[in-house]
Amino acid sequence: MYPFFLIFLSFWSCNDVKLQQPEFQESIQRGAVVFEDFCMQCHMADGKGVPKAFPPLANSDYLMKKRKESIKAIKFGMSGEIIVNGQKYNTAMAPLGLSNKEVADVMNYITNSWGNKNDKMVTEDEVSKIQQ
Amino acid sequence: MISKRLYFLSLAFLSFLSCAQDKNPVNTNHDYEVVVPELSIPWGFVFLPDNSMIINEKEGKMIHFKDGKKTNIEGVPEVYNRGQGGLLDIALHPKYKENGWIYISYASSEGDDNGGHTAILRAKLKNNKLVDKQLLYKATPNTTRGQHFGSRIAFDNEGYLYFTIGERGEENVNPQDITRDGGKVYRLHDDGSIPSDNPFVNNPNAKKAIYTYGNRNPQGMVLHPTTGEIWTHEHGPRGGDEINIVKAGANYGWPVITYGINYSGTKITDETARPGMEQPLHYWDPSIAPSGMAFISSDKYPGWKGDLLVGSLKFQYVDKCVLKDGKVVKEERLLDGLGRVRTINEGPDGYIYVGIENLGIVKLLPKK
Repeated sequence: MYPFFLIFLSFWSCNDVKLQQPEFQESIQRGAVVFEDFCMQCHMADGKGVPKAFPPLANSDYLMKKRKESIKAIKFGMSGEIIVNGQKYNTAMAPLGLSNKEVADVMNYITNSWGNKNDKMVTEDEVSKIQQ
Repeated sequence: MISKRLYFLSLAFLSFLSCAQDKNPVNTNHDYEVVVPELSIPWGFVFLPDNSMIINEKEGKMIHFKDGKKTNIEGVPEVYNRGQGGLLDIALHPKYKENGWIYISYASSEGDDNGGHTAILRAKLKNNKLVDKQLLYKATPNTTRGQHFGSRIAFDNEGYLYFTIGERGEENVNPQDITRDGGKVYRLHDDGSIPSDNPFVNNPNAKKAIYTYGNRNPQGMVLHPTTGEIWTHEHGPRGGDEINIVKAGANYGWPVITYGINYSGTKITDETARPGMEQPLHYWDPSIAPSGMAFISSDKYPGWKGDLLVGSLKFQYVDKCVLKDGKVVKEERLLDGLGRVRTINEGPDGYIYVGIENLGIVKLLPKK
């Protein structure tokens, strides 16, 4: 059963860019620069955010489970209450003015930092399809 | 049982370690009322002689608020709304009643390079439209970096125009170089011309509008109501937000000296002082992320006359600083937890008005 499952998995994921592929790694590296520029002042260098004000990205259930909503927030900004790791946050995030490519890059960075792991690369194309 | 206790202990230890909270006590001896509701990022606002207001929303909207109604002003220049850039501060000419000049700062992509940089423009308001627009200053080169545009505008008692431009995320390139824009306080005549006694007019390659340098990202600037000095505050990195008094030609040290460290926790420098570089009047560690600045010069708030108010974006309160002998001797939180404080003005009626993100403009009231 186990090998079977593995074969199934590799088959299933073969359309995606794998984490170890250069394309994915380069996107993550570009994303690190975007993060420093646009995100770090609030979400902090360690991705832990600020209690009550800015939600964490590190080990964030919201970020890792709500991929579409997360991309949407980075692309268009976000307001209203959200719950991250059981805590309520109600601080709005202003629209950042990033290109779709920059949104994809920073998503790839934050979903693969501080203990987060995301094997399915966010692409410019995926970001472009997400509407407000 | 033991493991549970250990767990709580380690949690407590962790929370202690991970967030340097600021310890300023909450002042409850005041009230407030929302006078302009439903704004997102009210970056700057002014009162016109008829007591209506013009409010700059960062995204690029200029709102005329009159008799409880909001009207969008037309003819606003296109802004580079990216990261911390957008439509920023607004100020009236000291003789506005005679000449009608309105001054604004904004992030602009004007010029050849990709990206944007801070611009200062003046215009008049006619039939709900900005007319007679004159671009007074545009910093170069444009960059796609998202941070540190500044920018505040103030006039002194002699009618000089001051404005701030942040270092655009290029700390090792801009603030210490007077031939480059960014990380500076600037001074111009009200029409944009360079005063002949500006400190660097005789340096061949200097940007002649520069008045001070070695600044990081000042988002607060105000005329002291009695001394006539121009006061600023600026964002430090992690720790090291500062209050400074503007002095011609002075170097405020960034990034050679600082009381802050990098966001990542690594050191920027060991030095907090050096000859030829100014010490701040006050610094904050942890950073409060200051934006907006006003003195209480009226008698509306018993016992508070002369106090300095500074907005905190990060901890979401107005920091009331009591000054004595050129030092901040006491700080208290006003309007605690209402939201990110972006801008503060003393209105023509002597009351304090505070622009708070995702809330609106709030009038500070003494407790009844």
